[in-house]
Amino acid sequence: MSKDQIRGWGFVTPALLWTIAFFIVPFVVMGAMSLASLEGRTLVWDLSLANYAELLEKKYLWRAVLVSLEITLTVTVISVVLAYPLAWIIAFRVSPRWQRLALLLAILPFWTSYVVRSYAWLLVLAREGVVNETLMWIGAIAEPITLANTRFATVTGFVHFFVMLLTLTIYANLIQLSPNYRRAAMDLGANAFQTFRHVILPLTLPGIVTGAFLTFVLCIGDYVTPQILGGNTELSVPQVIMVQLGRRADFPLASALAIVLMSIVALAYLLSARWLRLDRL
Amino acid sequence: MMRFLPWAYLIAAFVFIYLPVGVLVLFSFQEGSLPVPPFNGPSVQWYQTILGDEDLMAALRNSILVAFGSSAVAVTLGFLAAYGLARHVLPGSTLIRGLLIAPLTVSYLIVGLGLLIVLTRSGFGVSLWTAAIGHVVINLPLAFAIIYASMGAQQQNAERAARDLGASEPKVIMLVTVPMLLPSIAAAFFLSVTLSWDEFIISFLLTRFDVTLPVEIWSLLRSGLSPQLNAIGSFVFLISVAVVLLLELTIFRKGRQ
Repeated sequence: MSKDQIRGWGFVTPALLWTIAFFIVPFVVMGAMSLASLEGRTLVWDLSLANYAELLEKKYLWRAVLVSLEITLTVTVISVVLAYPLAWIIAFRVSPRWQRLALLLAILPFWTSYVVRSYAWLLVLAREGVVNETLMWIGAIAEPITLANTRFATVTGFVHFFVMLLTLTIYANLIQLSPNYRRAAMDLGANAFQTFRHVILPLTLPGIVTGAFLTFVLCIGDYVTPQILGGNTELSVPQVIMVQLGRRADFPLASALAIVLMSIVALAYLLSARWLRLDRL
Repeated sequence: MMRFLPWAYLIAAFVFIYLPVGVLVLFSFQEGSLPVPPFNGPSVQWYQTILGDEDLMAALRNSILVAFGSSAVAVTLGFLAAYGLARHVLPGSTLIRGLLIAPLTVSYLIVGLGLLIVLTRSGFGVSLWTAAIGHVVINLPLAFAIIYASMGAQQQNAERAARDLGASEPKVIMLVTVPMLLPSIAAAFFLSVTLSWDEFIISFLLTRFDVTLPVEIWSLLRSGLSPQLNAIGSFVFLISVAVVLLLELTIFRKGRQ
């Protein structure tokens, strides 16, 4: 090894050791743990797929996977549909002078702690909360309706967060487009919709897919939002993992669920890899 | 009609985005014990309550300690690795970069779960230190990526000049590289501070008696809605926003000019 290489390793080693010791090793141990099982309170390293089999057999486990997938897909679609026009308006309607300010303001609450943000939505959606009071005041409803502790509340809390994230990624994509594309399409006789459908949308697809992928990954792994806003009416995978850890100290099953969660994310990555531009974030 | 539609949408979007934060902050000034309409106030009684709350103040100190401590470690390790990879030719550098970035692709819950298993199995136990270790794990990839991306040929020329004039490598780093990269180092540091400051699940899994602020807020949440929670939540939000605005006004503005 040359002197230059030895020095280089000297710089890289601390970060590499940290990542290996506190990320790779725990990860491998977790993988091994998912093949162990619990007999009473003692851990048995029997290298079986029993935990994964249990996942297919027990309804509350596979239900959780379905619930997580449903919530995540709903959130991803709604967030993209709401964020795209917002990013569009900021990029093409707001004058360049105010764009940066508008964007900064549009994503400022993004920086609220997720515990605090979910609590704030609980306030808004509570029985005596602002939404119910307003709806009763304008006479749309006579009695307060149940909004908190529902899937609706979970989805709302998530959408709020991801609209901000997606506005940022889609805006970054839109602003890079040369106005010439639009002009060329218009000159060739396309109307506004055709221009959008055949020119702008395909060009911004990488930005949309990248943002949607991020949304998917962050949403499916989140414990706080479904726990605070959804309550215990239906459990998502992260909630079930936390139940295993807390009440039963069933680390093997929790590990297996974590591995399943990661496999879903990996699958989502493979499905969207064609359009992903993670390096351009 | 069509001319006003975009502006109507913009306003509606801003109402949606600011609704929870607005309600949170407004009812932190509520007089009385329920943070729901009608609004009676303003009163600062709940801010006085939280300032007098020993547990909350201890959690606040812990959060600041963990945020700054873990960010300092993450940025130092990230910088050294970025320097090593950008300035020295190493075999397998793509693999090293991949390894360093890997924790970004895994959800915080799983990072925390893995560490929890190893710490409890090895009999190490959990404490504020282990939460800080977890925060370094999640912030190191970001710090590395941000600093690595900003290491260009411009600094390399200045470094070469310094070396030709006889400066040793530590001197080159401290007097040339670090000052030239200061904006991105600071950006990485403050981003890491905000993420650690707001982080819940890793702190929740990896602390026991000394907890951070989000964990303390979480345990207060069990007793339901309270203006006290509004006050502490508004306070946490204010700090995060202050750090982000500071970042925007100083580092990124300079970076654009």
